[in-house]
Amino acid sequence: MSIEALHIKKSFGTFQALDDVSIRIETGELVALLGPSGSGKTSLLRIIAGLESPDSGSVNLYGENATDTSVNERRVGFVFQHYALFRHMTVFENIAFGLRVRPKATRPSEGEIKSRVGKLLELIQLSWLSDRYPHQLSGGQRQRVALARALAVEPRVLLLDEPFGALDAKVRRELRKWLRRLHDEIHITSVFVTHDQEEALAVSDRVAIMNHGVIEQIGAPGDVRGNPATPFVAEFLSDC
Amino acid sequence: MKYLLIALALLVITVILILPLGAVFVQAFDKGWDAYLVAIQDEETRSSIYLSLLATGVAVPLNMIFGVAAAWAVTKFRFPGKSLLVTLIDIPFGVSPVVAGLIYILVFGAQGWLGPWLAEHDIRIVFALPGIILATVFVTFPFVARELIPLMESQGANEEEAAMVLGASGWQMFWRVTLPNIKWGLLYGTVTCTARALGEFGAVSVVSGHIRGETNTLPLHVEILYNEYNYAGAFAVASLLSAVAVVALLLKKVVEWKNNEH
Repeated sequence: MSIEALHIKKSFGTFQALDDVSIRIETGELVALLGPSGSGKTSLLRIIAGLESPDSGSVNLYGENATDTSVNERRVGFVFQHYALFRHMTVFENIAFGLRVRPKATRPSEGEIKSRVGKLLELIQLSWLSDRYPHQLSGGQRQRVALARALAVEPRVLLLDEPFGALDAKVRRELRKWLRRLHDEIHITSVFVTHDQEEALAVSDRVAIMNHGVIEQIGAPGDVRGNPATPFVAEFLSDC
Repeated sequence: MKYLLIALALLVITVILILPLGAVFVQAFDKGWDAYLVAIQDEETRSSIYLSLLATGVAVPLNMIFGVAAAWAVTKFRFPGKSLLVTLIDIPFGVSPVVAGLIYILVFGAQGWLGPWLAEHDIRIVFALPGIILATVFVTFPFVARELIPLMESQGANEEEAAMVLGASGWQMFWRVTLPNIKWGLLYGTVTCTARALGEFGAVSVVSGHIRGETNTLPLHVEILYNEYNYAGAFAVASLLSAVAVVALLLKKVVEWKNNEH
């Protein structure tokens, strides 16, 4: 269940978002893409998901070339920065969505959907909110629903775009720990984007530090902190 | 100062809006309920009602589809010429309906660009139902799109993207995510569009040819009756149109109120 992006280039108009970026994420790893805004980290994540297509380069998922596979066939879990919960659906229906849109042949029965959504609600500890609508939830609750919704389709990789960006510091730290524990439990290959150095170093197995559309350094939190490869990395990590 | 302004506004609204609307109904029932029914049940009136409903019934669904498609294209995609498209959508608001009618005569009329070809294939557009529908579609085109563009812009494409990542096909995404999110806006735009389509006079007047019992819509029929000094008839028919307007106004209020609930 590895992820591989090779020589990815992407520009928006005259802005070069990604300039020949390559990265390999091993099965079961939790990797952070860290960098200031405009460094290309979200573009890279969206290209891995299939929400954007690269100008050149290729994306391999699970050892197969997925560059031309459309987003709805990639079977990735994606958690959006502002959750993007379906506002007119209850928490239950939000989580069940990915199961309900499956073709008839592979769609689980109503009973099965119920039990699977029920299990996910337990996992995120929000069973009591299953009939609520997104606007009735707090930020942290929405975040967890978004995560459960992404996990419901049993994705082979999980991609998170600034998953804690819109939360206050306390909730942030709690969810962060919770995500790490969850990852240790289910070992799903995960990539998350953040601009918060402390968060990246605390949660991930490896950190990829990005700047101006290139990866400056990639390595374990201790390595990048102990041996910064470029002046940018040294400076970017210095305030934590 | 505050009360002076309120009083002034009320006075203007009463004189310009409420009194004339009331007058329509007073005039319509001037000769009593029976005379009203007779005027409405007149054969030519009935055929004009039928024609108006038919033209509206075709034009409004078309504009719902066009409107959703245009709003979707403009708000969910980046492409060159986007702002030009937004401007083009507004053309019917800027162009006089009479000009719109004349455009169709110029294109589809007997002396028009496509005239000879249409005559050869025995297709009648001008002075017939297709022309009336075309003119109505043109004039009411912006209502649905104008209502949806700001709404869809504010909602962004995030939920659609989420649906796609979760494995939804394009159609599933539209029916399960997009449409439920815009349903009240769509309904609001449709009500406005319907009211305007039923009441359209200028453009339809040019392309219809005023053939009684054939190409006369309700508003055109009002004018004919009035010009024939048949005031009771004219106002009876006009009261129907006014009633539609009042119903549309109430419906819009209900939709607004429902919309705010969510």
